Amino acid sequence: MNMLKPIKTITLANGLQIKLKEIHTAPLISSWIWYRVGSRDEIPGRTGISHWVEHLQFKGTARFPADELEKAISRTGGVWNAFTYLDWTTFFETMPADKIDLAMELEADRMINSTYDPEEVESERTVVISERQGRENSPGFRLGEAVKSAAFRVHSYHHEIIGDLADLKSIQRDDLFQHYQTYYSPNNAVITMAGDFDKDDMLKRIKDLYEHIPANDEPPRVNRPEPPQRGEHRLKVEGPGETILGDVVYHTPPASDPDFFPLLILDSILSGPQGLNMFGGGGISNKTSRLYLKMVEKEEVVVNIHGGLPATIDPFLYSLNFIVHPSSTPDAAIKVLDEEIQRLQDTPPRQEEILRAAKQTRALFAYGGESITNQAFWLGFSEMFASYEWVTDYLENLEAVTPEDVQRAAQTYLIPQNRLVGFYYPQNKGNNKQ
Amino acid sequence: MKTQNHASFNPESLPGPHDITRTQLDNGITLLVRPNFNTLSVSIAGYLQAGSLYDPLEKLGLADFTASTLMRGTKKQDFQQIYENLESMGASLGVSCGAHTAGFGGKSLADDLPALLEILADVLKEPVFPPSHIERVRSQLLTGLNLRTQDTNEMAGMGFDKIAYAGHPYGNPSDGFIETVTAIKTEDLVNFHQVHYGPKEMVIAVAGAVKPDQALQLAKDKFGDWANSEQPEVFLVPGADPLEKTVRSHHVIEEKSQADIILGVVGPPRKAEEFYPALMGNSILGQFGMMGRIGESVRNKAGLAYYAYSSLSSGIGPGPWIVSAGVDPQNIEQALQLITEEIKKFVADPVTPEELQDVQSSYIGKLPLSLESNTGVAGALLIIERNQLGLDYFQQYEEFISGITPESILEASRKYLDPGKLAISTAGP
Repeated sequence: MNMLKPIKTITLANGLQIKLKEIHTAPLISSWIWYRVGSRDEIPGRTGISHWVEHLQFKGTARFPADELEKAISRTGGVWNAFTYLDWTTFFETMPADKIDLAMELEADRMINSTYDPEEVESERTVVISERQGRENSPGFRLGEAVKSAAFRVHSYHHEIIGDLADLKSIQRDDLFQHYQTYYSPNNAVITMAGDFDKDDMLKRIKDLYEHIPANDEPPRVNRPEPPQRGEHRLKVEGPGETILGDVVYHTPPASDPDFFPLLILDSILSGPQGLNMFGGGGISNKTSRLYLKMVEKEEVVVNIHGGLPATIDPFLYSLNFIVHPSSTPDAAIKVLDEEIQRLQDTPPRQEEILRAAKQTRALFAYGGESITNQAFWLGFSEMFASYEWVTDYLENLEAVTPEDVQRAAQTYLIPQNRLVGFYYPQNKGNNKQ
Repeated sequence: MKTQNHASFNPESLPGPHDITRTQLDNGITLLVRPNFNTLSVSIAGYLQAGSLYDPLEKLGLADFTASTLMRGTKKQDFQQIYENLESMGASLGVSCGAHTAGFGGKSLADDLPALLEILADVLKEPVFPPSHIERVRSQLLTGLNLRTQDTNEMAGMGFDKIAYAGHPYGNPSDGFIETVTAIKTEDLVNFHQVHYGPKEMVIAVAGAVKPDQALQLAKDKFGDWANSEQPEVFLVPGADPLEKTVRSHHVIEEKSQADIILGVVGPPRKAEEFYPALMGNSILGQFGMMGRIGESVRNKAGLAYYAYSSLSSGIGPGPWIVSAGVDPQNIEQALQLITEEIKKFVADPVTPEELQDVQSSYIGKLPLSLESNTGVAGALLIIERNQLGLDYFQQYEEFISGITPESILEASRKYLDPGKLAISTAGP
């Protein structure tokens, strides 16, 4: 898409990849640094360590003490944050253009000079545990955690990004520091920037800041592919709550697989458009998606339904989440779901449905493109599991999907033997009346 | 005026009298348009005088239920046609309900704006409330209310409202209760719409790739003929008295890993002279950097919470000024003590000039970022109109913010944030 091009791409001698895109519509710059490390790189005993390291990266360096840092960014009116995902960890700052240098100096400094003060590690331990407890308050989190851990017996997508409580209690300062030293290096990083700058000037500045940082050894990777699932799995989670939740997941190929785009169209037809916007843009409702029409409107077996197909390095999951209608049952919901999937397996969708999904995607790109932060996010996101072309060719690849591709994807992946069905049953229903 | 370290940008690049067009239609609708041809889309936002303050007590949730059912079918199109039209062009539209007003918001690619406004006009003017859809929406609303009983943050918030706004209309939840939503009948929805939906004091904001005269023509075409002689006078919300002493409540939700705390007071309305001092003060107290002084104490030093921050929600009426925190249930007392200590310090001594300078430059610097998307601009136009801030609000903004002093913050804080008169609400196991 034109809106996504052109960009300047370069790799420094130490392996640091750089992607820059000039956008001069507002006096803003968004700067991101991406590290190829996430919960995928964690083994039992160390789960949650990538996310905890991300937290500790905000605890300062000798040059930028934590307190000063936070204030310095906020003072400009800029925003900064970080995310740890399955496959990657990223830090960003979006600031008034004339203030971005501060963020750039900070990122270069904390790539190698974070202190990991033992007191800060301990204080952050309770913060991270508290973050986990907050998630546990949600029945949806409890169900999702059980489903993922059952779907991946071998692969490290098994555990939640936040980590298991046992590990959050036992991981020590030196474990965290070692994780940081192993994965935070120029040859394991990508810098992406979008906004109101001159790309040659900006490139020179990045070189000044990063060229002297030596490359590390290639970081180790956990290589434990998940064996194929043999037969449907079903599980129950019980806990406090008022409603029955359903989570149905199918094993799907990675984002770089040719079948991924047919699956995106399939997802769009079944459960509504997703798009690639992390910031702004909002969404498009899914009330005319097939599953919504059938399960929510026609049969009234569920109250709502949402689908998700995350783009990942290794095979992950297509998931369908719903709340079972109070007057219906989990079995009835699965029956209707299966009928709708069967329909797609028996008959290819109409070409108009594919074009419609593509138009929705085009609109979502237009909305997301209004945000400089989102533009810089796009530059780096798909580098983590494919390449930037994955984003620039996204629309074209969706439009090239044929009705038969979608039918074949449904026949290949959306079969009971390849899925896991989980339900959350509330135990103390009615005990918490307001 | 100070020129210290906040970011510099041209104030003309922000929405202002030079590029906002404000027009009033004959029937009372105010239209605000701000073009931006750097984008490919258009966002719309607006409101009507049909919020939950108009709910009868025994049918709390009626305004919300009405707003939630508008898009379920009109005289011209049924539910499926409405959403087919929207979703097939990649557009979105939603109607929601606040205390004072029902609001709407949507966006589309620029070419599809006429179709988007057509759907908006149709659902606002001629909804038919099909009985089968009413029941579907009701069961979704009831599911939401059931989920609410399990949500520590929401229940703590309701507990706070009950204490801080006892006897005040803001004490009632917009989404009602299970009993009141169950009691709402079809004719209640029809009547509520018939009486409260109309052009009086309605506002529409349009931002994006559209020329003002085209937007005006579209608004006239779609809404110009709308009239409703039944619309009552706009609800004037009374002031809310502060508590006489601190009042505390705990709502039990079993088997939760985390408890939520919400404590605070009734804050100033947007038009009060204390608003800007309170806004700057609030940022120092619990927002700036990593959640201000409270974040520093509760999260950074004590490691007690993932979030602990303050917020000030001033609007037409006296909105809440609160501190929220999510903590391990065992740490509730310790967190409450730390938060209360920070509030005591905050009203004992003026903030430092450095602290004030930090938040001033932050508020001025973040304007371009908050206004980069069409949706952000449309929302900002509504705030300007709702509070009568003037079209040059963003050009004046730096002066408002720079004029605040440590003394004015102390004065505003002492007036509202009395540490001996807090509403303290917790929810958890």
